[in-house]
Amino acid sequence: MNDFDAEDRLRFEQLVLPHVDAAFNLARWLLRSRADAEDVAQEALLRSYRFFRGFHGGDARAWLLQIVRNTCYTWLEKNRPMELSIEFDEELHLQGCATPETLAIAGDDRKRLTLALETLPPRFREILVLRELEGCSYKEIAAITAIPIGTVMSSLSRARRQLHFALVNSPQGARP
Amino acid sequence: MRCDFADSLLQGYFDGELSGRRAAEFERHLRHCAHCATELVDLDLLRDRLHLAQLYEPATASVRRKINARLHAIAPTTAASQPRLWHWLAAAAALLFVAILLWRVGHGPRGDDYQAELAGEIVDAHVHSLQPGQMNGIVSNDERVVEGWLEGRARFAVPVRNFTNDGFALQGGRVEVIEGHAVAVLVYERNGRPINVFIWPTREGDSPPRTGSRQSFRWVDWRRGKREFCAVSDVDPLDLEHLHQLINSSA
Repeated sequence: MNDFDAEDRLRFEQLVLPHVDAAFNLARWLLRSRADAEDVAQEALLRSYRFFRGFHGGDARAWLLQIVRNTCYTWLEKNRPMELSIEFDEELHLQGCATPETLAIAGDDRKRLTLALETLPPRFREILVLRELEGCSYKEIAAITAIPIGTVMSSLSRARRQLHFALVNSPQGARP
Repeated sequence: MRCDFADSLLQGYFDGELSGRRAAEFERHLRHCAHCATELVDLDLLRDRLHLAQLYEPATASVRRKINARLHAIAPTTAASQPRLWHWLAAAAALLFVAILLWRVGHGPRGDDYQAELAGEIVDAHVHSLQPGQMNGIVSNDERVVEGWLEGRARFAVPVRNFTNDGFALQGGRVEVIEGHAVAVLVYERNGRPINVFIWPTREGDSPPRTGSRQSFRWVDWRRGKREFCAVSDVDPLDLEHLHQLINSSA
C-alpha cells in the first residue's frame, strides 16, 4: 500500500469510486441499517483499496460488491451471528417474520416492501437487491456471491416466491 | 401444483437471461401452462412494485466525505494543488499505518478477532483469485522458476515445492497485498480444485496448525521456520491437512 502511486490512485478513483452508491445500497440492505451500512461501506472501500493492486480490469462494480458482501458477512458474524444461523430455515422464516399484522402496520407500500424484504434471509435478500435494485446480470450475481449461475436462478425463484408470499398475505398488501 | 419450469427457465426467461433456443423452448411450454403464465404476470407486478417504491438507497453525502477522507489519509493524492505540509502529513500517516500493519502481521500476541480478520482477508483474496482472468502471477509447475519469480517480488525467500506425486500439482505463484503487507501465494491444484497457500515472514516460533472456515472455504494456518503459512480452499479438509504436512516435511 505504501507503494501506491498517484497513477494507481487515479485508476482507483476512476474505476471503483463511481460504485460507492452500489456499495452503500448493498450494505444497507444486507445489514438492514443505514448507520451500520455507513461504517461497513467505508471499511469495504478501504479494503478494496488495499486489494486494488490485484484488480486487473474487468467488472469493477462486481469486484467491489464482492468485497462489500464479504465485509458485511464478516460484520454480521461478529455482531449479529443469530441472523446468519437461521438463514436456511425457510419454513421457520415463512411462519415467523413478516406476519400480516406487522406488514399491515407498515403503512405505505414502500414501508411494506422494505419490511417484507428485510425479513427475507440475507442470502435471498442480497440476490433480490442485486437483481432488482442494482440490475446485475446472473453472471455478475454469481461472481459477487460466489455461487454457480444455476443456483442464482433457483435462489431467485425462492427469494421472489418468499417476497410475493409475504406481500400477498398482508391484508392490504396484495396491491398498493 | 407448481410447474417444474417455475424454478429454472421461468426466472431466466423473465430476466432475459435465456439463450434464443431455450427462450423458444420456454415459449412453447408457456402456450399450454397456465401456471407459468400466471407466475410470469405475478413476477411482472412484483418487479413494477419494487421499482415504483424506489428502494435503492444511494450513499449519503456524509459517507462519501468519510470515504474520501480516509482514502486521503492512507494514500498519495493526485491533486497537484495540495499544500506541501499536507503531503508530509499524509506520508507520515501512511507510514504510521503501514508500520502498525507490519507490526500486526509480524508480531504477537494476536487475538482471535485479529486471526479471524486476517483469515477473512485471505479468504477474500482466495475467492477473488477464482474469478476468471485474475491470475496475475507466474504460471509454471517448475519449482525453481516460481521460486525465482517470487524472490524478486516478495522480498523474502519462499520455499517452493511441487507435490504432483502426492496429488498436489503446483500451478504457479503470485504476490498479494494482505493487510498492507506483501504476501507470497503458491497455487496448487487438487482434483481440479485450486488451493492457495499464502506465505509471509514472521518472527514468532513454530506453531501447530489452526483451522477455520469462512463461507464455503476452509483455511489451515501454521508457522514454521520463521514463515507463516495459510492454505485456503474448498477441497476436503483432510487434503488441506495433508498439504500442510507435505510443506512442513519439505521445509
